[in-house]
Amino acid sequence: MKKFLALMLALCMTFSLAACGSSDDGSSDDAGSASTASASTAEEEGEGSEAAGEASSSAEGEATAADSDLKIGIVLVGDENEGYTYAHIEGIQTAAAALGISDDQILWKYSITEDESCYDACIDLVESGCTLVITNSYGHQSYCQQAASEYPDVEFVALTGDTANQSGLDNFHNAFTCVYESRYVSGVVAGMKIAELVESGALSDDNYDADGNVKIGYVGAYPYAEVVSGYTAFFLGVQSVYENVSMEVQYTNSWFDLTGEYEAAKALISDGCVIIGQHADSTGAPSACQEMYESGTTVYSVGYNIDMLSVAPDAALTSATNVWAVYYEYVFGCMLNGEAIATDWAEGYETGAVAITALGDSCAEGTADKVAEVEAALMDGSLQVFDCSTFTVDGENPTSILIDMDLDYVGDTEGVVDGVFQESTLRSAPGFSARIDGITELN
Amino acid sequence: MQTSASGAPRLRIVKRDSLPLWKAVVIRLLAVLLALLVDAVLIYCIVNMNPVEVYKTMFSGAFGTSRRAWITARDSALLLCMSVGLAPAFKMRFWNTGAEGQILVGAICTAFCMINFADVLPTGLLLVVMALASIVGGGIWGLIPAVFKAKWDTNETLFTLMLNYVAIQLTSFCVACWENPYGSNTVGVINQNSQAGWFPALFGASYGLNILLAVLLTVGMFCYLRYTKQGYEIAVVGESRNTARYAGVSITKVYIRTMILSGAICGFSGFIAVAGSSHTVSTSTAGGRGFTAIIVAWLAKFNTFFMVVISLLLVFLEKGASEIASQYNLNEYAAQMIEGVILFFILGSEFFLNYRLVRPGKEKEGK
Repeated sequence: MKKFLALMLALCMTFSLAACGSSDDGSSDDAGSASTASASTAEEEGEGSEAAGEASSSAEGEATAADSDLKIGIVLVGDENEGYTYAHIEGIQTAAAALGISDDQILWKYSITEDESCYDACIDLVESGCTLVITNSYGHQSYCQQAASEYPDVEFVALTGDTANQSGLDNFHNAFTCVYESRYVSGVVAGMKIAELVESGALSDDNYDADGNVKIGYVGAYPYAEVVSGYTAFFLGVQSVYENVSMEVQYTNSWFDLTGEYEAAKALISDGCVIIGQHADSTGAPSACQEMYESGTTVYSVGYNIDMLSVAPDAALTSATNVWAVYYEYVFGCMLNGEAIATDWAEGYETGAVAITALGDSCAEGTADKVAEVEAALMDGSLQVFDCSTFTVDGENPTSILIDMDLDYVGDTEGVVDGVFQESTLRSAPGFSARIDGITELN
Repeated sequence: MQTSASGAPRLRIVKRDSLPLWKAVVIRLLAVLLALLVDAVLIYCIVNMNPVEVYKTMFSGAFGTSRRAWITARDSALLLCMSVGLAPAFKMRFWNTGAEGQILVGAICTAFCMINFADVLPTGLLLVVMALASIVGGGIWGLIPAVFKAKWDTNETLFTLMLNYVAIQLTSFCVACWENPYGSNTVGVINQNSQAGWFPALFGASYGLNILLAVLLTVGMFCYLRYTKQGYEIAVVGESRNTARYAGVSITKVYIRTMILSGAICGFSGFIAVAGSSHTVSTSTAGGRGFTAIIVAWLAKFNTFFMVVISLLLVFLEKGASEIASQYNLNEYAAQMIEGVILFFILGSEFFLNYRLVRPGKEKEGK
């Protein structure tokens, strides 16, 4: 019996100790915001107060009068640790703050895989009272559409998707930024660098192809229109500054493959490419560029989505990126004002939906001025990225490029109007799939 | 404190002979309770939240609405089918780590029929053809390692594990062939408009058939292992191959027969996954559940009725975890820590189920 009492006493002491310890921990956590959770709430609060300031200063007054009935459901393919999804979370928080939408009006579903769990998540959000449900990955689309067909009173948006205008559903929408515009601008940055390298004589014979063009490389995810449109815009951007270039494209067959992108970039660099662009989500290619740069090779990186300066401080020039807040603000605004949401939404520099990240120290002199000039031209419409007079297909300036609108693998709708390919006007997802001269796909 | 004069250890670990069922249940419940306590302390210390609220949220994530409850039931049923498939192989001490692959092969066989025969066959017949195809596919995937084990005594753990990777590659290949729409690198929802080859609603519930099939398999497997001659042979081979040989049981035959059965049920689970819930196929159709099923089968000691409880617990934890992530803006990893602690305690409780701690003096007193 004595032993039993001793044991109980010991247990009590341990528990009370643990309790004291925990409350101490709790308060110090608050102060230092050591845990991820409190760090993120702190961030949110910061943004919230900032936005509240904005809201009160806005003359429209709609911000403070946010419809308290509105509930928004967000289905994300990753969480804040993944670059693509982080950009979306940031965009949503910025947009919500600007419109005075409170935190508890947004329901989040993180790390939803591209299978039936996406459908389950959409339905669950609808049952929780959401009247707008947004999915952020291409692979979510068919599940989002399935949910949309069952709940005609709820608005659904499949970001980066392409089936909305063929779906026959009024409540199902697609949206994609005109990221080809920012790719063009990132190409201009690369072109400036090439011009500088050529002038200073920094390039060796390996960096030129048989026709005397400077070689550049591109790491692409899949051989699809989205990627083709992107690398063509990048290439045209480079050519707008330095005409004599040729580009090799290496596919990785994955949207996110750190090792695969690293290896692809390495192969392109050893082939003599001096600029490595990318349309894939990891930091593999910039890391490879930085490593080769440090070992004395002349090579620079142009990234995607996020600023690559942290992984490639010397080799990174800039990255093409999306500003998702612009779309989120548009779509949330539509819901608040009871306006119809566009079936296909695609906007670029004109509304600030795309951008390039901060220029690296390695950028050529005068790059910032040139970028400002090109951006201004894109904004006022005097510059068209896919101007058919600036590129050739099979040696001729094309007069007709078809877009595959009904998704049966065959182009069916004319995309060229007045000598310019109308990217992302018929449908928000990119449709340019012609292979222009000067670009070689390696695999 | 009393000290024993001889300096003998204070505590000795003694193997238990047998344990009454109620005691085993109490030990497991205590383990879960302790785990919840430790989790409560963790939750409070790390994220400074009210643990009771967090537990409530977990519960609502799994059972909060009738739809959530159905989804929890559907996912538990699927995990249960896979675990039931592993039961005969494990009972035979044949370490089938290849459930993941067997499920995927069953799933691509199902999807193949679903895509190609949708216009040719009526839905009832189509479902039967899909089911048969999945059983044959899974069966073959189970047969291969069994033949190698029986003929050349290869290591079945490595063999089945590596066949998983073959199956994953095969699935990727099929996805590339059946890709829809072009450029998506996914098969998309198969027969989205016609719903051909989808499970029909049963008893007014869209996932009724999934659950019915799981129940039938669970009961069937229990009876097979406990009451049939083949089930007995499996037990004998598992206990001792020499005894089996002495008793005139053909080990080769039992290996092959049992692994075909094990693979076939896992393949059939792939059919349930594709036709009954996802209506698509990808490498995430199995999504690691083939490995989770191993944990379920082990914890249940190959008793299919215990598997029901354990599948339900694991799926509950999974749903609860994602609800916490969603509600409290906690990263999913934080929720997985909670899950990990609970599993750790349940596994730890196995020790107390098999052994007991005795103090030397006390043992004498008792006698």
